[in-house]
Amino acid sequence: MNLLLVIIIGLLYTAGLYMMMRRSFVKVIIGLILLSHAANMLIFTVGRITKGNPAFLNKDGAIFEPFSDPLPQALILTAIVIGFGVQAFAIVLFKRAYQTAGTDDLDEMKKTDED
Amino acid sequence: MLFAALSGFIFVLLIPIINKYAKNSVGWIASIFPLALTVYFISFYTNVIDKGNSILESTSWVPSLGINLSFYLDGLSLTFSLIITVVGFVVFLYAGSYMKNYDSLGKFYIYIILFMSSMIGLVLSDNIITMFVFWELTSITSYLLIGFNHEKETARNSALQALLITGGGGLALLAGLIILSGISGSMSISSLASMNDILTEHRLYAPAALLILIGAFTKSAQFPFHFWLPNAMEAPTPVSAYLHSATMVKAGIYLIARMNPSLGGTELWNYTIMFVGAVTMLFTAVLSFKQTDLKKLLAYSTLSVLGTLTMLIGIGSDLAIKAFMIYLIAHALYKATLFLTAGMIDHSTGTRNIEELQGLRKVMPITAAIAILASLSKMGIIPLIGFVGKETVYAATIEYTNFGFLFITLAIAANIFVVYITMTVGFKPFFGKFRKTPKTPHELPFRMWFGPMLLAFGGLTLGIFSSFIIGKLINNTELGIITAKLNIPVKLWHGFTLELMLSFITVLLGILLFWKRNQLLKYVDNISFIDEITPSYHYQKLFNGTLKLAKLQSRILQNGFLRYYIMVIIISTIILGGTTLFSLGEMDYTGIIEMPGFEEIIIAIVMMTATYMTVRAKTRLAAIVAVGVIGYSIALIYIMYGAPDLAMTQFAIETLTVILFVLVIYRLPGYLPFSSTARRIRDFIIAGAGGLLMSLISIIILSNPLSSELKNYFAKNSYAIAKGKNIVNVILVDFRALDTMGEITVLAVAAIGVFALLKLRKGADEK
Amino acid sequence: MKTSVILSTAVKYLIPLLLIFSFFLFLRGHNEPGGGFVGGLVAASAFALFAIANGFDEAKKFMKIEPIMLIALGLLIALLSGLVPMFFGLDFLTGIWFEKNFPIIGKLGTPLVFDIGVYLVVLGISTKIIFSLAEEEK
Repeated sequence: MNLLLVIIIGLLYTAGLYMMMRRSFVKVIIGLILLSHAANMLIFTVGRITKGNPAFLNKDGAIFEPFSDPLPQALILTAIVIGFGVQAFAIVLFKRAYQTAGTDDLDEMKKTDED
Repeated sequence: MLFAALSGFIFVLLIPIINKYAKNSVGWIASIFPLALTVYFISFYTNVIDKGNSILESTSWVPSLGINLSFYLDGLSLTFSLIITVVGFVVFLYAGSYMKNYDSLGKFYIYIILFMSSMIGLVLSDNIITMFVFWELTSITSYLLIGFNHEKETARNSALQALLITGGGGLALLAGLIILSGISGSMSISSLASMNDILTEHRLYAPAALLILIGAFTKSAQFPFHFWLPNAMEAPTPVSAYLHSATMVKAGIYLIARMNPSLGGTELWNYTIMFVGAVTMLFTAVLSFKQTDLKKLLAYSTLSVLGTLTMLIGIGSDLAIKAFMIYLIAHALYKATLFLTAGMIDHSTGTRNIEELQGLRKVMPITAAIAILASLSKMGIIPLIGFVGKETVYAATIEYTNFGFLFITLAIAANIFVVYITMTVGFKPFFGKFRKTPKTPHELPFRMWFGPMLLAFGGLTLGIFSSFIIGKLINNTELGIITAKLNIPVKLWHGFTLELMLSFITVLLGILLFWKRNQLLKYVDNISFIDEITPSYHYQKLFNGTLKLAKLQSRILQNGFLRYYIMVIIISTIILGGTTLFSLGEMDYTGIIEMPGFEEIIIAIVMMTATYMTVRAKTRLAAIVAVGVIGYSIALIYIMYGAPDLAMTQFAIETLTVILFVLVIYRLPGYLPFSSTARRIRDFIIAGAGGLLMSLISIIILSNPLSSELKNYFAKNSYAIAKGKNIVNVILVDFRALDTMGEITVLAVAAIGVFALLKLRKGADEK
Repeated sequence: MKTSVILSTAVKYLIPLLLIFSFFLFLRGHNEPGGGFVGGLVAASAFALFAIANGFDEAKKFMKIEPIMLIALGLLIALLSGLVPMFFGLDFLTGIWFEKNFPIIGKLGTPLVFDIGVYLVVLGISTKIIFSLAEEEK
């Protein structure tokens, strides 16, 4: 699976970066989402995936081997939620910009900036 | 001592309250603080001065870095502390009356109390890092105080100039101090004193010493950094009296004196200090000649005195150190007084221009008396402390064998100008026939003249009883400037000596210069080269050049197109990261290449297709659906690899994201293709290279072993220490709770951002 | 926004269930999958669902408290839970637990209080964003 994940990471990064270079603001936001997915998958993969038990202790406080590493998970969990916050902010920003500039095109928006 | 050094930072919190409920008496109340500190420091008098002990107290602050709040009280720091608190008391009292028409008087007291505390902290600190922190605090508070009349552009510029110069010097100082602690392995200033041999013989001695000296020279406005001080006269007069004559500008000199036992004794150190001091002393004195502003005149004479003090440390003989101490005290007393009386004249008449001021002695008799008393001290007339000071300076200079003749000539020349300045500032406004001024002059209230009078009489008392008070300070105390105690009597009257004669000549020539001023000015007026050799000219050029460069580089780098930013980021990452990757050796890839399971292949195919769909989608809706598919697939991967918490969070977020997009997008116009095909291909190549790099990075990480130390630590301690069985959650709310704290704060900031954007919208609608 | 009767009726019964579920997720989070983040998100989804069914004005009334207030409250609670140990001479954010076990909740301690803060902040920001975007639509 590692190899597949590595390919997926590469693809997600490619797609995310490509979308972020578009002129349309919506595409930029989608690019942002793809990038945060890519980053999460990267952390998850390089933190070693373990096909096995989640990181929970049983009633006696012991753990079932093999278990997945909890630390990257904790990192990703906060990253997911933060990513959501950023997305939401970007969406609201986009909406405001669209209302003000009347366009979805970043180059057009830049012109209104200069006026 | 910890409390004395830090109490100001607490006391300052009361000022807004006092200012609210007792606006008119905030000056009275605030001046209690320096008075209390004065009493506190005097209580050390017996121990430090009479018995000659020194006190070291230490409280740990950042023990892992060796940074402690340690404070050291000896003769030198006690003298400085007393100057700071006594002049502070006078200035605080004075400002309450002088600035009573300012709306922001409360703010003024906040700044100046913060300044005073930083200054006390600076002179008491024994730890070099602590001292540096206080040093920078004085720069910052000084910036706020110089720019106090921030509606005036000149005030803002002067404040910035002072900050840039002293701040830049501060950086040099920090570098020097770090080198110093690297050489010595110690951060305690008092312990450095005994390491003179080790320090001066080290190969990094020269850079360390010079960097520290640059810091000191900028702070004490030594040539070629002197020009910020006259410009700083934009500050309200109490600030000039306090910061720019009595205290802050002496911080650099204090530092040189304090470092003298540890770094001194070499030719590099002594000659640098000596010559910089001597040049400052004469050059700035000459510059004063054309000035007509009371405060600027005083500023130039301060510069000259600062130069003299620096030179004396450079000479470094016992007599020179004695002269240094006496002159330091004398100057603090008379210069602060003269600044304050200049402020009184300004306040009363509405002008500081020396041409317009004369004959005020009848309307302002008290001010006149105080100013004249201080002037006499400044000119070095017996029996004031200034006389003792100047005598000793001359004596120390004559005695110096290497360059004695050169320096005594320079000193006399500079002092002639000082006498000239004193005549102009201290006598001219009061004598002669009265001339009309912008405001009708009147005598000022008690609060304003009481403090200056105290200082002026201080100068008289110390002069008459000099052997009694200053003599004790100099002879009994561990001065900290030189390692041994001095043993030289201080006397008012030495008999008819060479110094006395030189003193007499100086005063006479000074008066002559003053008398012939107008004739001489005609000759000087045509000389303009002095403006070009002054460093302020180059400072301005450098300043403007930096601004231009900044504008140019932001025009190129910050062009406003998001995609170019991203391109620059990707390409530079590829170049930097790529070169590192290729320089790595052989790697073991066996862990990565293994046969994936059937369900894994399915998920991978789904994700790849969805990614392709997202990019190629013709409508927004299709793109959003495709992104959603990617998100849910990722959630599935989390489930497969033992991360149920992540999967749940991912599901919830995906749902919310879809709701968000639906709320926004379905009202917007269609998905327009903006870019040409050629552009898309270019972008795809760049993005593809970025993606490839990330893949390679993950392969490299995967082929290196991962330490399982943390994993096992959390597994072992999750229940034992943190009483939780869901290790991920335990990490979030316990082991790494501070990170989570930061994270929810970021979320809150995002929410405030959303809120603000929408408020903005409402504001725009109302227009 | 047009609302369907079936949806709004269904939601009426679903909402309490969802909210209880979110609280349950939050509580068991210390020992089983769940926690403040997921709990808060599920609760936010519940309110979003309610809003889709009954309109956003209704949903706001139903919530009774401004989302911004929830965020502030959540941050404050999290901060206080971190300050408590400092009164006992421990470092900021050190977990302190009651010795006894409580029914349903299980162990009670400052990390749980901290998690309440997380829950509230996440709930607050999600609803804040959704509601404000919906408000813009009008």
